[in-house]
Amino acid sequence: MLRSVLAGVFAAVVVGGCAPAGGSRILVSAAASLTDVFGAMEVAFEEAHPGSDVVLNLAGSSMLREQILEGAPVDVYASANRENMTQVAAADRVDGEPALFARNRLQIAVPSGNPAGITGLDDFARDELLLGLCAPDVPCGAFAEKALANAGVTPAVDTYEPNVRALLTKVETGDLDAAIVYATDVLSAGGKVDGIDLPESVRAETDYWIAVIADAPDRDGARRFVDFVLSDAGREILTSYGFETP
Amino acid sequence: MSRRNRPPVALLILALLGLALFAVPLVALLIRTPWGQLPALLRSDIVADALRLSAVASVSATLIAAVVGVPLAWLLARVEFPGRALVRGLVLLPLVLPPVVGGAVLLFALGRRGVVGQALEQATGLVLPFSTWGVIVAVTFVSMPFLVVTVEGALRNLDARFEGAAATLGASRWTVLRRVTFPMIWPSVAAGLVLTWARALGEFGATITFAGNIQGRTQTLPLAVFVALESNRDAAVALSLIMVAVSLTVLVVLRERWWKAL
Repeated sequence: MLRSVLAGVFAAVVVGGCAPAGGSRILVSAAASLTDVFGAMEVAFEEAHPGSDVVLNLAGSSMLREQILEGAPVDVYASANRENMTQVAAADRVDGEPALFARNRLQIAVPSGNPAGITGLDDFARDELLLGLCAPDVPCGAFAEKALANAGVTPAVDTYEPNVRALLTKVETGDLDAAIVYATDVLSAGGKVDGIDLPESVRAETDYWIAVIADAPDRDGARRFVDFVLSDAGREILTSYGFETP
Repeated sequence: MSRRNRPPVALLILALLGLALFAVPLVALLIRTPWGQLPALLRSDIVADALRLSAVASVSATLIAAVVGVPLAWLLARVEFPGRALVRGLVLLPLVLPPVVGGAVLLFALGRRGVVGQALEQATGLVLPFSTWGVIVAVTFVSMPFLVVTVEGALRNLDARFEGAAATLGASRWTVLRRVTFPMIWPSVAAGLVLTWARALGEFGATITFAGNIQGRTQTLPLAVFVALESNRDAAVALSLIMVAVSLTVLVVLRERWWKAL
């Protein structure tokens, strides 16, 4: 029932507009950490395919997964980890095979100038600091917990944010002393946030997967968009935003 | 029943349509509820913590609203001052503003680098975001307008002749307020308090934006439902059921007992 509510709200809010005359309208559900790069991807794709209109639905990967599993009329799903994509594929909601299209790594984000003097993952055990992670069900939260566990740190977390952008904002405003986000998010915040690399040993990397959704309202358009993301032009855009491409 | 007394069919159909909007989701929730696992789900730490926090936050917000909201309503209803329309708009703003925006604005004002928040931390060491105090502030911000609107309306509709008569008989202004004005507007105050409490209990957007989300400290029932929705759907349903049961009980019982103004 709750899923139906999600799908209902989704249909009303996201699919409200109308397609351009004679063109195709492609609804892309993309992980919150892809906000900026898919914004650029949309512009480049629409230039390459006049008459096409890409509409981005950005949220945490797990929220997007729930919407799709409930039958939201999505054309393309881009997930910030393999797990969510696997669940969508297991429910027969994927058309063809999901493709790996990018990699991202985690970084510690601190407000510019690092007022709390954070140096590494060990600082996440300090109770006197205000520290944030993504919720454990969102990929960035799951990866952060894995990285902390690999580093042997039990974190004193003050907030589990619903998606990586909400978390980043609270670092930007200086309300959090530190948070674990993607390197690309740190890059996107410009000078407002500084990034601290994690040691190689904690293996804090994530894969981004993309797929055409079964029964996509615009199947051809969806296929074109996925091909574009996987093309050289798409890889160039991904790289320029700090992603690594396979 | 005579034909004359029968309600018009068209009106009845429209009313039932309106009712269906509220009733169908509730029935769906009951159907979806995993009744067998319910006792175990309700005994979990997450539920207990969220229930306790929601109770603390919603009752605190209602008390704060009673202490400062009723005088504010009185100010708006009884004192003429320049810019009163603007002040009234300001008080009503949280009713219209998306709660997430409310939470963001609170963060700008009361966050660690906010205009007031910075001074507050320097003076008292208190940091509102990510604390239960922050939840209470966010919830009060969103819910208090309900009390102010209701009480202001009651004060405006009050027949001033009663207060005038009491004053003529020698009652002091404070006595008039306490013995005449307040007893007459009490039903509206009570109704406003219940509405405020109900809105506070359901508050989500401002809370998660301003106070964050951590079990036992800022994770109220609505936040717990939101988080559980993506991980443990049975828990989400159980939590929703609690919210419905608590709210419905309070609203129905209180309506019968002592507030008829709404």
